[in-house]
Amino acid sequence: MTNPILETRNLTKIYGQNIIFKNINLKVNEGETIVIIGPSGTGKSTLLRCINLLTPHDGGQVFLDGTEITAKGHDEDKVRQQIGMVFQNFLLFNHLTALDNVMIGLTKVKKLPREQAKTKAMEELNRVGLVDRADHYPGQLSGGQLQRVAIARALAMDPRVMLFDEPTSALDPELIGEVLGVMEKLAHDRMTMLVVTHEMGFAREVADRIVFMEKGSIVEEGSPDDLFYHPQHDRTREFLWKITELYGKKEKDRTSGT
Amino acid sequence: MGNFFSYIVQGTAITVAVTLVALPFGLILGLLMALVHTYGGKILNRGAAAYSLLLRGVPPIVLLFILYFILSGRFINLSPFWAGSFSLGIVSSAYQMEILRGALLSVGGGQMTAARAIGMSRVQSIRYIVLPQALRLAIPPWSNEVSIVLKDSSLVYALGVPEILRRAQQLSATTQDPFLAYGTAALIYFVLVFATNRALDYLSERTKLPTHP
Repeated sequence: MTNPILETRNLTKIYGQNIIFKNINLKVNEGETIVIIGPSGTGKSTLLRCINLLTPHDGGQVFLDGTEITAKGHDEDKVRQQIGMVFQNFLLFNHLTALDNVMIGLTKVKKLPREQAKTKAMEELNRVGLVDRADHYPGQLSGGQLQRVAIARALAMDPRVMLFDEPTSALDPELIGEVLGVMEKLAHDRMTMLVVTHEMGFAREVADRIVFMEKGSIVEEGSPDDLFYHPQHDRTREFLWKITELYGKKEKDRTSGT
Repeated sequence: MGNFFSYIVQGTAITVAVTLVALPFGLILGLLMALVHTYGGKILNRGAAAYSLLLRGVPPIVLLFILYFILSGRFINLSPFWAGSFSLGIVSSAYQMEILRGALLSVGGGQMTAARAIGMSRVQSIRYIVLPQALRLAIPPWSNEVSIVLKDSSLVYALGVPEILRRAQQLSATTQDPFLAYGTAALIYFVLVFATNRALDYLSERTKLPTHP
């Protein structure tokens, strides 16, 4: 079939004596949405950070479009332009308006002329439904709006892949929906996405594949149906059972087959 | 009597000039050291820390004498005004470095991470993302350092620079009226410091980032 757009081969990260994750082999095809789930401290977030080279890895390789980006001398800044990242705590630039947050990568990194950058930035704000907040500063926006601007900021760079690191974990429950809505729309537009989340509803509805990680390794991966209804490992079943119980009755009802 | 005031007012111009040289010089040097301390490697980091520790651990007047004899010595030979102003700037750079370092740290690593994540280089991230925020945060503590430099500019009187204090001392001797001479000097310093602090408060208010709608 098609070559994967993003691939990790035996990717490993160790802090001192601590193995964060080991020999992670992951393939992401163009247009796919992959959701990574698993207990806290399993190395999911660090995995994302290693993939876009924000955190140095300790072994293995990462390929983007068939090119090894972990190779020595590869231009890291160029890589990060092609891999968008959305963080748990938004990390908008506090001294810039929503519009300028989205524009600054275009003017300073891509060196687009201001007018062109502005048009593009407004398009991206429109995509996340925040054109009317363009001149607001981060201090004037709600959590959900902050995260949507952060998504627009990453999208503006026209990345090949988008990484989401628990994008809704820091949000009030009633603001989660607007962010997931934007992500769902992106998935339908066939944006390639790698999402770490505890939102099981999103995982089941939107993911093409779910990867269950624990203690630094991939335990199991497969389609949402496979993982939710026919998990191969007891540990997967146990985790999913617990988390669906925690995250809403609706989920539980469905898994129990009503 | 008219002479008295015009004489001391000329000194005020020199005091202001010394401050206007020392402050920006100290700011540039201090900013450089703060950046080196925060983002430099281990060796640079230690060097900057030692620089700060050394300069802040010695009374300004003692440093002023030492630096003055270097700057107006055999190899570099600056006039008392320039040697005194630069020396004061070097002393101040250590304090300004600490102010800016604190500001850089309170902006936090997350902003740097986010900037790198959209493909900015380290230098771009510092220039466009971290510094604009750090400088805003630094204005109130920096305003304090400005008043210190303004007041400490009186120390260059010991190097023979005819600023306010030196002229006040001369007037006190000729008029035999120390209270009037030093009182006038004190008043001028106070007005200068007060006005500058007010101006910086205004700047801080103007550059404040909006929070609620």
